[in-house]
Amino acid sequence: MNWLLDLTPDEWNAVRLSVKVATVAMIASLPPGILIALVLARGQFWGKTLLNGLVHLPLILPPVVTGYLLLLSFGRRGPAGAFLAEHFGIVFSFRWTGAALACAVMGFPLMVRAIRLSIEAVDRRIEAAAGTLGANPLWVFGTITLPLILPGLIAGAILSFAKAMGEFGATITFVSNIPNETQTLPSAIYTFTQVPGGDTGALRLTLISIVISMAALVASEVLARRVGKRMDIE
Amino acid sequence: MTVVVDISHRLGDFGIDARFESAGRLTALFGPSGSGKTTLINMIAGLIRPDKGRIEADGRVLVDTDAGLFVPKHKRRIGMVFQDARLFPHMSVASNLRYGRWFTPTAERYAEMNAVVDLLGIGPLLDRRPAKLSGGEKQRVAIGRALLASPRLLLMDEPLASLDEARKTEILPYIERLRDETKIPIVYVSHSISEVARLASDVVVLAQGKVAASGPTGAIMQRLDLLPTEERGEGGAVLNTAVLRHDEVFGMTVLGSAAGEIRVPLLATPVGAPVRLRIRARDVMIATEQPTGLSALNILPGTIVAIEPGEGPTVEISVDCNGATVLARITEQSRQTLELRLGRRVYAVVKTVSFDRANTSAGLPVEADG
Repeated sequence: MNWLLDLTPDEWNAVRLSVKVATVAMIASLPPGILIALVLARGQFWGKTLLNGLVHLPLILPPVVTGYLLLLSFGRRGPAGAFLAEHFGIVFSFRWTGAALACAVMGFPLMVRAIRLSIEAVDRRIEAAAGTLGANPLWVFGTITLPLILPGLIAGAILSFAKAMGEFGATITFVSNIPNETQTLPSAIYTFTQVPGGDTGALRLTLISIVISMAALVASEVLARRVGKRMDIE
Repeated sequence: MTVVVDISHRLGDFGIDARFESAGRLTALFGPSGSGKTTLINMIAGLIRPDKGRIEADGRVLVDTDAGLFVPKHKRRIGMVFQDARLFPHMSVASNLRYGRWFTPTAERYAEMNAVVDLLGIGPLLDRRPAKLSGGEKQRVAIGRALLASPRLLLMDEPLASLDEARKTEILPYIERLRDETKIPIVYVSHSISEVARLASDVVVLAQGKVAASGPTGAIMQRLDLLPTEERGEGGAVLNTAVLRHDEVFGMTVLGSAAGEIRVPLLATPVGAPVRLRIRARDVMIATEQPTGLSALNILPGTIVAIEPGEGPTVEISVDCNGATVLARITEQSRQTLELRLGRRVYAVVKTVSFDRANTSAGLPVEADG
């Protein structure tokens, strides 16, 4: 069993980095995810179909294409990348932040979908009742809508996290495969498969990858069930 | 407190053009389903924006389309009790009740938690979740939730319609207490005559989106022609009475009214307390002489003051019994045989057993003549 637990420092770094990237990607996409889901579920405006298509683009495009588009726009010379670097000092290219951005973009459609479905399931007449009790729309959202869509939020967040743990194509295209900086678990496994004698390392990381993903899934199930029990919706 | 509504609104091929004013303690918006009463109450609550018109409550303009004014629902301070309760499923009963308090300015909070909980008898439910409540309990909590926001006006949209008879009987006394013990004016939507006759001080009758009549309950209830066909059998006179004495031996209560003594099945109401009595027109017989050898206990002498043609073979006879009007529905054949005409002295006969629980209710007197 020793071979399984005896990770090299680089492998440890890949595990730690992957978890960090996935967590940051998940948390950072939640606010815009909720907003876009809300707009798609309830908004009536021109260009809604276009927005919906745009959100789903990363799901249907080859990940390499998404990664390349990110490179073009958020790279050092890209318009968004240059602006962010100059005004906020945020640099994406060849940094772990770039990996997080790539993962967030790839997981975004999954997250939006889950949240949107749960928003559409909310009984708007209950929100109207809260309004007649004096709550303005923002309060209604915070005290009624948000708690009612919590199971959907959890599902969306876990999907985004799981997607980020497995993201490979867009990440490697956008921020390359730099150990300790952008080498996430999938990139590390890929690297192992490219060198002679890397089989053990690849297998080790694969098993770790499975364990983390399963743990996330179980955690979300437990969480969702606890929330569901607390709510007891008829 | 006056509510003034004057709106016109289109919903597909259904149009509402309604104008009414009410200053009553409990104003009933009464009409068959599809008459637009729920749409109207939703407009007062701010849930629907009328195409055109004006809504005022307590001198405060809530909607004035000409001036482009529309006060959003959360700024109206108008409480609403929905047919389906609409409790917040993720909160306990106590949290549901407290919800509206947050949004009420401290100076304007008049509703007190303990008083409301006692009034509605919901003390034992406070820790429960809405999903664990019965229909009647949910509705009582919903009423409490609306009250605790200290509203200026309370709207009730068919609060009993989705409940069975037993649950209705459970809740009606609470609504009566609400009407008699609090100062909040109530607008109550219903399609049930027994509810309206029992609860309302004023009635606005709606038919096909228009106001067919409005006025004090006593006056409106005698206009059988205003009532929807399927409810016409429930129509009749509403009398103000008071408990004179209880006859424990025969299990009856004797009520005193302008028309004389009326015997009804035993009530729990104490002696001296006011009782509002509804006498269905179909339960009243007419005799031209003082009947003898008759089982009916209530024989009220009076004078015929109106004869109106009714549904099918019937006529509706109004008998003035010493100031209280009793309505009788008889056949045209009987009218001709008995030679009933205006001004004739007759006796209105009502069986004691024709009064059931729904016909007698405590509290608020009605104006019999409007």
